[in-house]
Amino acid sequence: MGNADNKETAVDHSAESKPVVLFFIIGFAASLIFGWLIYPSLLYSKKEQPIDFNHALHMDLVDDGCRSCHYFREDGTFSGSPKLTECIDCHEEVQGESHDEAVFVEEYVSKNREVPWLIYAEQPDCVFFSHAAHVIMAEMDCVTCHGHIGESTSLRPYEENRLTGYSRDIWGKNIENMIFLKKNTWDKMKMDDCADCHMKETGRKTSVSTQKDGCFVCHK
Amino acid sequence: MKIDRRCFLSLGIGAVAGITLSPMPWKSTDDLSIWTQNWPWTPVPPDGAVTHVNSVCTLCPGGCGITVCKVDDRVIKIEGMEGHPVNEGGICALGLSGPQLLYSPTRIKSPLKKENGKWREISWDAAVSEVASQLSKLRTENNSHTLACIAGTDMGTVPALMKRFLTAFGSPNFIKQVSSEDSYALAMKQMQGGSGLPGFDFHNADYVVSFGCGILEGWGSPVRMLKDNSNWKNDRRKKTVQIDPRLSNTAAGADQWIAIKPGTESFLALGFANVILREFLYNPNFINYYSSGFDAWKETVLADFRPDQVAQVTGVDPEIIKSVGREFARSTKPIAICGRGEGSTPVSMAEASAIHALNALVGNINQKGGVWSVPKPDYVSWPEIQLDSTAASGLAKSRFDGAGTGQYPDATHLPNRVSDALMSSDNGIKALFIYGTNPCHSMHNTKAFQNALAKIPFKVSFSSYMDDTTEFADLVLPNHVWLERFEDVPATRSLEKPVIGLAKKVVEPLFNTMHTGDAVISIAKKMGGSIGAAFPWDNYEVCLKDTLGEQWYALEKNGYIETSDGSSEPWSQGFQTDTGKFQFPDAGYLMANQPLLIKGGEKEYPLTLIPIDSLRLSSGNTGSPPFMMKIVSNSILLNNDTVVEINPQTAQQLGLSDGASAQLTTPAGTIRVNVHYFEGIMPGVVAMAKGLGHSGYDAYLANKGDNYNQLITPVEDPASGFDIAWGARAKLVKA
Repeated sequence: MGNADNKETAVDHSAESKPVVLFFIIGFAASLIFGWLIYPSLLYSKKEQPIDFNHALHMDLVDDGCRSCHYFREDGTFSGSPKLTECIDCHEEVQGESHDEAVFVEEYVSKNREVPWLIYAEQPDCVFFSHAAHVIMAEMDCVTCHGHIGESTSLRPYEENRLTGYSRDIWGKNIENMIFLKKNTWDKMKMDDCADCHMKETGRKTSVSTQKDGCFVCHK
Repeated sequence: MKIDRRCFLSLGIGAVAGITLSPMPWKSTDDLSIWTQNWPWTPVPPDGAVTHVNSVCTLCPGGCGITVCKVDDRVIKIEGMEGHPVNEGGICALGLSGPQLLYSPTRIKSPLKKENGKWREISWDAAVSEVASQLSKLRTENNSHTLACIAGTDMGTVPALMKRFLTAFGSPNFIKQVSSEDSYALAMKQMQGGSGLPGFDFHNADYVVSFGCGILEGWGSPVRMLKDNSNWKNDRRKKTVQIDPRLSNTAAGADQWIAIKPGTESFLALGFANVILREFLYNPNFINYYSSGFDAWKETVLADFRPDQVAQVTGVDPEIIKSVGREFARSTKPIAICGRGEGSTPVSMAEASAIHALNALVGNINQKGGVWSVPKPDYVSWPEIQLDSTAASGLAKSRFDGAGTGQYPDATHLPNRVSDALMSSDNGIKALFIYGTNPCHSMHNTKAFQNALAKIPFKVSFSSYMDDTTEFADLVLPNHVWLERFEDVPATRSLEKPVIGLAKKVVEPLFNTMHTGDAVISIAKKMGGSIGAAFPWDNYEVCLKDTLGEQWYALEKNGYIETSDGSSEPWSQGFQTDTGKFQFPDAGYLMANQPLLIKGGEKEYPLTLIPIDSLRLSSGNTGSPPFMMKIVSNSILLNNDTVVEINPQTAQQLGLSDGASAQLTTPAGTIRVNVHYFEGIMPGVVAMAKGLGHSGYDAYLANKGDNYNQLITPVEDPASGFDIAWGARAKLVKA
């Protein structure tokens, strides 16, 4: 009689715990999926650039590479994205057959309207960044921070973080960049990424508290 | 399977575990912390290529050249213009804050008319017509002389247009604000003849005795003085002596500070003269061959202004009087200057002539390193006006302020007499133009002036801001601000080499404002007749180019032209007095040397109130912008109360502790103040800042502190008619 009782209890017990484990697994899996897949897509809004610009095509046509359109002015400031006057040199009239170029000439060139480009690499207002210090003084390559955008045939969509308003390029294109090391230097451009390179290249530990470069170097 | 509470619990635990192992909570925390730091109201200048435009700052009479930095159409910064003869790349806090004045949300955006106590926007046509019709009425009643204009300055084309309008209209009442520069100019006129303005070659001077001048507080041309002061400090052969009742910044930086009883500066000047005369340290060449009236003057000074006598009045040690007097006379290029603080209050003729006499004693007149009588710029030269009979009869009437007549034969402008004249006469001013000045804040006994103003039925302001005076106006015809207009800007204040600058249209006018030059021309043309005919130019720009003639090109290119090459008439031809020589003042003048103060017995008002000027607080025609309110210290303004400086000894006698609330009362009024112990001010003397107590402008400035001017009763200098009230008798009582 005692054995039969024990068996029953054991069966009951295991029957009871299965749903608990199951629900645990369901909760666990669901939240993992939510956290890794759904959350990022909710967090970032995708905006297409006003014109789908083809970098590779234009790189073939200019002499100075990136600097043909992204150059330093006489006073040392960086020109950023080119203004309409740069494009008008060639695009006063439609040059090719693409739809985007036609839109460009019609909506922007002929109406003398600047194209409202969305800037992937734009740092927050609290950051002072000098292109001259990095490109001219440290002789860095554009690719190191901006990736192979010069070889692209179209512009990827601009993903904006709905909470902070920053471009996804700042935090990191892949959400796993948070945990794993980034593959390329241009995958992420938050403060620590700049600080790591500053440490590697200059060895400065001007800040006593962080043992890295001084805060004032970028936060004026 | 039994689904119960434990399942849902474990679902929750699973979810939490999963979320924790996903980036969500960590990224959200990071993002939220960034979100809390996104402040959309923090202004950020636009990015882009910077262009520079050279222009002139007009926010004070200093005349500094400026370089305005723009990104596209937006002004992002104003800097001093490198190489400009006045400021050489320097700039003051007010000039620097210029962009805030340009983009101020409190700017007047269109012409305004007051109806039932409220402002209503009207069109320019309506505004011009209104002025024309109101003024035409005056003419038909044969009252053209009842139109008056109070202006900040009388130099340059726009004030000249105002004056021309008044003349063609038939009114002699163009009244400009006066300052210590006018006192000194009048002294020079009486002693040297001519009508030049005082210019000081500070760059080449080697001994400067300043009778209370705020060299670091905005006297003369402020940035130029800062630069010259640096030169003096850097050259060990040069010496500066500051005579000041309180330890101002200038006094603190000077080589020697002489603390003096306020208002007795003219005595001290004659005390120095006494020493120089007694010890024969004066320039014999100048005195013997180029001066007249010296002997009589010398006799009085030797008899009545001995160091021990002067010490009694001024509180200055006789040994100091002797040593400084000697040093002054023995220096190669000594200069004495006057004009307390910023110099905006005129000084008495006794004081100005005593100090100019000091400069004459050492022969430092009209030469390198000395005091110059600089001819006023005379490039504004227009065809004569054809007056009609109404105008002619109006012009024949005497000036409303009494200048040039009876008691005040040498005076040209007496704005301080306006409120008395208004209150005492029934047929006073019936229409008033206010241009480039804010008298409802800057006139002494401000309340009385405001009451007098209320008697004028038609008041037109040309201000770009709703300042204290414009609030009382009936009609506003807002001017463009200085960055939006072309205008000639003569800079003469204390300069031995005056400069004419060209203010440029750095940005297109932001609002529906109009250049006052154009407004005057439009009003004249609307009125037509001989008035319209006196303004043959289509618009102001044509008038300006026409007036400047050949000089326009140099002005447009460089931004300024220098009008003098630094050479002067030799002493034998330099004086246009009756004798052709430098005229020392007569003895009667000297005896009028009383430390003048307004009513109020010493028992009831045991203290003396004097003002504090500062380059951190604008007390001129332009109210401090918000940036400048950030640099005002707690020893000037605390919360919204004016702070009063007092010597700890005096304070303790009055039972006032440091930081206590008190009531400051003068015969003219009373205000609530905060007490600040300061060892650097004479016992018995209290001081407060000028420039606060505005009712107009914006929330950053309005109703903060109190207006010093409202506590001061005007004191009329018998010799010139100017209001020379350098302070007031006061009492301070615990609140």
